[in-house]
Amino acid sequence: MSNSAAGLLVALVGNPNTGKSTLFNALTGLRQRVGNYPGVTVARKSGICDLGDGRKVELLDLPGLYSLAAASPDEQVVIDALSGNIVGARRPDAVVLVVDATNLLRNLFLASQVAELGLPVVIALNQADVAKEQGLRIDTGLLSRRLGGVPVVLTSAWQGEGILDVRRGIARALTEPAPMKRVSWPTDIAGALAEVAAAAAADTGRPITEAEAQRLLFDTNPSTAERLGWALARREKTLRVARDRVRHSGYNPMAAEPLVHYAHLRLILEGVVAEGLGKAGRSAAVDRLLLHRFLGPVLFLGIMLGFFGSVFWLAKFPMEWIQAGVDWTKSIVAPPLDAYPMLQSLLADGIIGGVGAFLVFLPQILILFLFIGILEDSGYMARAAFIMDRLFSWCGLNGKSFVPLLSGFACAIPSLLSTRTIEDPKARLATAFVVPFMSCSARFPVYALMCAAFIGPVYGPGWQSVVMIGMHCVGLLFAVPTAFVLTRLVLKVKPQPFVLELPRYQMPKSRDVLWRMWQNAAEFVSRAGTVIFAITIIVWALSYFPRDPAVAERIQAAHPTAAPEVVTAKIQAAYVEQSYMGRFGKAVQPVFDPLGFDWKITVGVLASFPAREVIVSTLGVTYSVGEGAEADSQHLRKAMQDAKWSEGPRAGTPIFSLAAVLALMVFFALCSQCGPTVATLAQETGGWRWAAGSFVYMTALAWLAGTAVYQVVSRLS
Amino acid sequence: MTPLSQLLPGQFGKLASLNPERGVDQRLMALGLLPGMILKLIRKAPLGDPLAIEFGGQVVSLRLAEAENLIVDVSADCPIQRPRQP
Ligand SMILES: Nc1nc2c(ncn2[C@@H]2O[C@H](COP(=O)(O)OP(=O)(O)O)[C@@H](O)[C@H]2O)c(=O)[nH]1
Ligand SMILES: [Mg+2]
Repeated sequence: MSNSAAGLLVALVGNPNTGKSTLFNALTGLRQRVGNYPGVTVARKSGICDLGDGRKVELLDLPGLYSLAAASPDEQVVIDALSGNIVGARRPDAVVLVVDATNLLRNLFLASQVAELGLPVVIALNQADVAKEQGLRIDTGLLSRRLGGVPVVLTSAWQGEGILDVRRGIARALTEPAPMKRVSWPTDIAGALAEVAAAAAADTGRPITEAEAQRLLFDTNPSTAERLGWALARREKTLRVARDRVRHSGYNPMAAEPLVHYAHLRLILEGVVAEGLGKAGRSAAVDRLLLHRFLGPVLFLGIMLGFFGSVFWLAKFPMEWIQAGVDWTKSIVAPPLDAYPMLQSLLADGIIGGVGAFLVFLPQILILFLFIGILEDSGYMARAAFIMDRLFSWCGLNGKSFVPLLSGFACAIPSLLSTRTIEDPKARLATAFVVPFMSCSARFPVYALMCAAFIGPVYGPGWQSVVMIGMHCVGLLFAVPTAFVLTRLVLKVKPQPFVLELPRYQMPKSRDVLWRMWQNAAEFVSRAGTVIFAITIIVWALSYFPRDPAVAERIQAAHPTAAPEVVTAKIQAAYVEQSYMGRFGKAVQPVFDPLGFDWKITVGVLASFPAREVIVSTLGVTYSVGEGAEADSQHLRKAMQDAKWSEGPRAGTPIFSLAAVLALMVFFALCSQCGPTVATLAQETGGWRWAAGSFVYMTALAWLAGTAVYQVVSRLS
Repeated sequence: MTPLSQLLPGQFGKLASLNPERGVDQRLMALGLLPGMILKLIRKAPLGDPLAIEFGGQVVSLRLAEAENLIVDVSADCPIQRPRQP
């Protein structure tokens, strides 16, 4: 981990939603990097901040939290980062505490805990614009003196106000560090803390800081003790004795910390905030409407359907342009290479096809992140979670699972990234695990092709719509029990309480929203882009090689009078049949036989691992209608309608019977044929274990459900 | 003395006791909900759960089951407010 020239590291710490990230952006500009903390799925954002006096420091944007009690992975990361316990990362040299100026008392609780770490601090009272509007006047000089002379500055991060003061404050905190005033613990608590520190130091053989002793004494969560390597058997008795001592002095040991800190802060804040005349917030009135018992859910459905419906609608046009652009590029690049068929195919089908395969999803992803940004910044996201929590809590998820799951209908990858907003690690993991069950837009072409070719013509457009809608629900049907079993039986993590702040409503700032959209999209491109690309090239190679020229000659000789396109298509089909992919498909076809898949469908299933919709073009090749087949292609539809089993017990009957068509769609509704999703899942769950589990589980489920559908329907019809 | 979960929307109460051993209560204490604090049940979610409560100038949502262990005093020294009819 590199540091800036001066080697100084400054961390931003604060409650969620105080404006840390906005302040971070204002202080660092475009010079930022996003990574991950080792072993956990918490994003590590850092950037370079110019202090204005010639010095540059590395600035770290830490996750938002309310307390240093290590309950969630986010909180643990902050504690570890502030204590210098993260492998490869240094302890910060100073901390900027970002505080919501409209709620000093609550925000300063965390600040007061951080003061116990003994780091130089700067206090940024952010959202000063809102405080002013509410008529709050804050005596920053008095607050600074009461806190022991630490710099206290008023900022309005999104207007860029006070940013210079923050830079100066950091510079001052670094050159003449003034420790922030700490709480004075009542004698017995101080004694208990000293006992714990001494015992832990003796047992672990390392010095224990006061802040660590506090975590050991006050937290029910054993993560600090475990990190220090203080064995349960040894610490149990010490902690019991120390906690009894606290209890006998009149404090519940689990409540002592907030009680002492809040009492301390009430004194400090005495006379700091003057309440003048100001506009009361309108949030309560807006909530009366948006959280109304009947209107609330109606408006909620309207907003969600409006937003996510328009993801499809708005993205449609750029997607078509990108598709056209990709086809155009192929048509330009391919002809000059006619003499080098291998290179031509690698470039056109492998590289350009691979880039195109993931570029087409970019519009959807951008729009999705735009909407998620608007929902979050306006304050409605928390309300959505409030409204939906009841529907999710019984299966171990919570209201915050709703938006990731809904986004999953567009694309699983951004929706996996958006599960980061769920604090509860158990609910986060379970949500991420079921997100791929949502019927993403890559499944749509598969359903569309099957329905247009086999359902519509035979059963009419009514049934076609029913099947389309039904297919979008299949995943949901399995997602809910999956989440239930996963959270109840598999994950042994303790559930987190669902305590959610409902922030005030606010008009989203377009600049912030667009910036976040851009950052998320860039992350998607760098992450999914490389994976899709690599998998596409591999699948291309498997379907291209080996390429024996004798095959082409034989087909040419057999069809001397046929039109050239027909011959080319037949040659292509023959090549795929004897390619590694074709051979593999034939070899594993028996596995898919219970679902009624012939070897061509099997090859399509296997080749569509980079992305589900690839099966449409693969079927185009294997059914000899040429490449570039699309879901609405007449030729492909006809070829598939005419396809018959050539051997075996089903010889002579159509391959695409109703049973096989339904089985194929159900298989695609449930299978895990999306490389980037698997890769993102691995990244977001912190290892390949869950990603592999998801792949195996979904594939098995898809196979079983497909088999059940085929066997039942083929007997009925 | 009433569990918070039984307050009516619009009703005020003074927190009498909570259970500091539980994660939810620890979270709420970090937010400043300590014994003696006046709080108000603003509303229940449309499906009846969770609840939205207000204290110390902030609105926080918590689940009905989690509100059962929070005991509030709804007697005289709280601001008088007629509860809305459910
Ligand atoms: N009114 C106002 N809103 C702000 C200010 N700074 C940030 N915000 C908004 O507060 C919300 C939370 O900001 P963010 O930076 O994401 O907070 P974080 O969770 O602490 O990183 C966003 O909607 C911001 O646009 C400010 O100075 N004034
Ligand atoms: Mg942030």
